[in-house]
Amino acid sequence: MTLTVRNLGFAHAGRPTLEGIDATFESGKLTVILGPNGAGKSTLLACLAGLLEPQTGTASLHDTDITRMAPTDRARHIGLLPQGAETHWAISSKALVALGRIPHMRGAGTSADDRRAIAAAMSATATEDFAHRPVTQLSGGERARVLLARVLAGEPSWILADEPLANLDPGFQLDILNLLQQQAKAGKGVVAVLHDLHHAVRFAGHILLLHEGRLFAQGSVEDVITAANLAHVYGIDANLFKDEEGAVQLFIKGKVRT
Amino acid sequence: MNKRALTSLLLLLTVAAFLLSLMAGKVWIWPSSWAAANADGWIFLELRLPRALLGLCIGAVLGLSGAVMQGYLRNPLADPTVLGVSASAALGGVGAIYLGLNMLPFGLFACAMLGAGASILLLLAISRGGGPMGFILGGMVLSTLAGALTAFVISIAPNPFAASEIMNWLMGALTDRLMTDVWTALPFMAMGVAILLSTGRALDALTLGENGAKSLGINLFRLQWIIVLGVGLAVGASVAVSGVVGFVGLIVPHLIRAIYGEQPSKILLPSALGGAILTLTADSLVRLVPGPSEVRLGIAMAVLGAPFFLLLLLRYRKGAA
Repeated sequence: MTLTVRNLGFAHAGRPTLEGIDATFESGKLTVILGPNGAGKSTLLACLAGLLEPQTGTASLHDTDITRMAPTDRARHIGLLPQGAETHWAISSKALVALGRIPHMRGAGTSADDRRAIAAAMSATATEDFAHRPVTQLSGGERARVLLARVLAGEPSWILADEPLANLDPGFQLDILNLLQQQAKAGKGVVAVLHDLHHAVRFAGHILLLHEGRLFAQGSVEDVITAANLAHVYGIDANLFKDEEGAVQLFIKGKVRT
Repeated sequence: MNKRALTSLLLLLTVAAFLLSLMAGKVWIWPSSWAAANADGWIFLELRLPRALLGLCIGAVLGLSGAVMQGYLRNPLADPTVLGVSASAALGGVGAIYLGLNMLPFGLFACAMLGAGASILLLLAISRGGGPMGFILGGMVLSTLAGALTAFVISIAPNPFAASEIMNWLMGALTDRLMTDVWTALPFMAMGVAILLSTGRALDALTLGENGAKSLGINLFRLQWIIVLGVGLAVGASVAVSGVVGFVGLIVPHLIRAIYGEQPSKILLPSALGGAILTLTADSLVRLVPGPSEVRLGIAMAVLGAPFFLLLLLRYRKGAA
């Protein structure tokens, strides 16, 4: 079960935002897309989700071109947690989670299968306690979990998350990362755009490092998160070491002096 | 109270408002004389019945269109007039009156629908691929333009009588409508309503924003077409038979949301019923106000609507504080 991009390119207003991206995403792993602002992270994720049509190259799900899939079919396989945590009406958490079932709904109302998936998603994210509270009254951390439950309710084999930790406190960030990792361990493909390098070294199974629209490096944490790469891409001076458990630890000292 | 009971209650109120509209007026006509072969029976068949039917349809169309527009734009202050369809249909109607085409059978209706149709095409051309923002801007351009042209036509009216006829029609009313008006407008309204009722699931998905909706497999481009077509047909036809009746599309979805919750798909049908109830009741009340001529429905609605709008505004400010 793989998502693949081949020679993928996308230009916005004549300026290339992505160029020549070749990468394979595997299920059962949390893949993290890193890169400074404007590196093309969200554009890459949007191409994977089928929201944008790549201008060159292809994005495919098991050899099927994603842009050629029927939208509903695509939605059943690939779930997206969009940037910004938008919720526009004061509907209940449960009603919001139920929206995730839209690609599976045929007639009116919800089927037994829908109800089972909604309950499972809410239990996995521990959101049952506020199932009947309007989403507009939830705290940021609670809302983030409800929105993730919405994606899980669709039971996609791929979960794409665009900056899922924005505006969350450290504890809530870890909640979301743990949930994403759980999903990956359960066999789903999980791809997340993140900003925090500490999170990336701790949670990523695979990392893509983008720089100015190109894939600068990809591989395991050890391969990608190196002092030289971080200095080149982010312009930061970082200390990297392995702790007693063998995990990579990161300490950012400051900007690289030029 | 559960939702089913609530909907039954709304249906009941709709029937009650319809019956009130059949009976109320300077002359009250009780059900016993509906089939009578006298003046009362004639008033019922020729005046009251078409008027009540139109009130029912127009109210339902405006309430539903308002709910769809607010859901699509995710903005509780949107209403069907945002698209500029009403203003364009009105321009068509005004043009017809100016040219004397309203003397021909279906002349006014055809011109108003032509105006609505032109605005639909223009709107789609202007806002192509622009998403809701392009849509709202396109609608505003159309509204402003059609409004200015309408004012222009009034200003060049050949005599005061023509100008006053135009003004009267513009104000929106259901007086002196015939059964033929009902039969001409009904197919367009029914089509529009059917189209709009199909948007529920897509509007729900838009709760998650545009990217969220797209990722759920919703084709936003298609949705835009459907809404322009549905609102265009339904509201265009309603303006063509009754002039511009404002505020129903704005107020009703708010009242319904307070009862039914905010999920866009859940308020579509109730908003149609609520629109019918409000329009039928208001149209019955304007007939009961003492005086030689009745208050125009469009004016009554605005007088009712403006304070309501103010109340809404105050509530929002309290909520924001």
